[in-house]
Amino acid sequence: MKVQIPPALRSYTDGQSEVQATGTSLAGMFADLDRCYPGIRFRMIDEQDAIRGHIRVFVNGAAVRAMDTPLRAMDEVMIVQALSGG
Amino acid sequence: MKRNAQPQVTSPKPATGSVTLLVATRKGAFILKADSTRRTWKTRGPFFLGHIVHHLVLDPRDRRTLLLAARTGHLGPTVFRSADMGKTWKEATRPPAFPKAPEGQKGRVVDHTFWLTPGHASEPGVWYAGTSPQGLFRSDNAGDTWKPVSGFNDHPLYTQWTGGDQDGTPDGPKLHSILIDPRDANHLYIGLSSGGVFESHDRGKDWQPLNAGCLALFRPDPYPEYGHDPHCVRLHPLAPDILYQQNHCGIYRMDRTEGRWERIGTRMPKSVGDIGFPMTLHPRDPDTAWVFPMDGTEVWPRTSPGGKPATYVTRNAGRTWQRQDSGLPQSQGWFTVKRQSMSADAHQPVGLYFGTTSGEIWASRNEGDKWTCIARHLPHIYAVEAVELA
Repeated sequence: MKVQIPPALRSYTDGQSEVQATGTSLAGMFADLDRCYPGIRFRMIDEQDAIRGHIRVFVNGAAVRAMDTPLRAMDEVMIVQALSGG
Repeated sequence: MKRNAQPQVTSPKPATGSVTLLVATRKGAFILKADSTRRTWKTRGPFFLGHIVHHLVLDPRDRRTLLLAARTGHLGPTVFRSADMGKTWKEATRPPAFPKAPEGQKGRVVDHTFWLTPGHASEPGVWYAGTSPQGLFRSDNAGDTWKPVSGFNDHPLYTQWTGGDQDGTPDGPKLHSILIDPRDANHLYIGLSSGGVFESHDRGKDWQPLNAGCLALFRPDPYPEYGHDPHCVRLHPLAPDILYQQNHCGIYRMDRTEGRWERIGTRMPKSVGDIGFPMTLHPRDPDTAWVFPMDGTEVWPRTSPGGKPATYVTRNAGRTWQRQDSGLPQSQGWFTVKRQSMSADAHQPVGLYFGTTSGEIWASRNEGDKWTCIARHLPHIYAVEAVELA
């Protein structure tokens, strides 16, 4: 599946804004991302396996937060980092 | 004021090499290097621009390796390591993180790594990290992977000792001031804001509160066993039984053989008080220490008292204090200095350095007698470490 990477995390993907990942769930997709780009998962997912507070994930345009959200190979995933703060 | 005999100290020779300042800020890190006279400084950086860097620390065992604790806006916390003085960096494979909680239970999450301490001289590659919320972590491989120190993090009294979020600092409760007895790698101290000072004699397997004599005005019992707010705790490397702390409720000193904190800030001017965050010790004289007072009255403005910043030095273990403000703003100077942002070099005379919340770095080549601003317009400064590189 295609995964869009926010600018703050592109240091992990050699600057790529879009990468390919595999997995049948959101958890599987994040695990695959971490295999390909070590360290990227922990910046988005905490040690209790929850999506961090200001990270948003959209699957085919719909917001999701559950790590067991099912995914298919043709899905498009968009990861967004909130821009709040100073 | 009662004092034990002067500790037997074998003073090392003063340093003569070039001084480097490792500066951690809210928007990245900077490295300032002095010429041999400590008069002119060159700034490198920013490193990790835009990252919130809480601490940047040199490994004194090789004087080459740097560890940097960072989080990035809304991204998770991590640790970076450089083996070449900041030319290249590698992220920790496993940054400090609490264990996953059993199903159905709420687990703790590291918000940021706040403090880094290199391990004992006999343990190359060992580092300790303190986090927010209060957690202690150890790395045995030079900061690549970190494991929780379960003896503290899972201690049966952890919740009582640390309280809840309401007991922490505005930026979150923290574990800081990780101190290692240079005579014994198993003998550790930590500071909890809040929680107090704690001590371990078995490399972190078990812990005991060490707060006797220390005031906690914000508690129903003003002298509780724990629940205090030590802002910065220091151990003298040449007299390791001598501890100092700048606490939320005053300046204290302890001779560990007596085991009781003595408030030494009562001799500070009443108009200034003895509240502040940082405390720095003379590298060769256990009776000499510096503080940077702040306004801790009413709503705790956390500014220099009266808008007149100054360091205060004691040269007799707290019996008397002298104000040092030459070169500093004489009015309308409202910055303050955070707990990790004041540091001393090992030259003769000792050089002192502090970074401000308004992004300035001030230096003194004569132990605080005269101050000069050596950098301005940096981001909000969280930590300054004076080191001498290999």
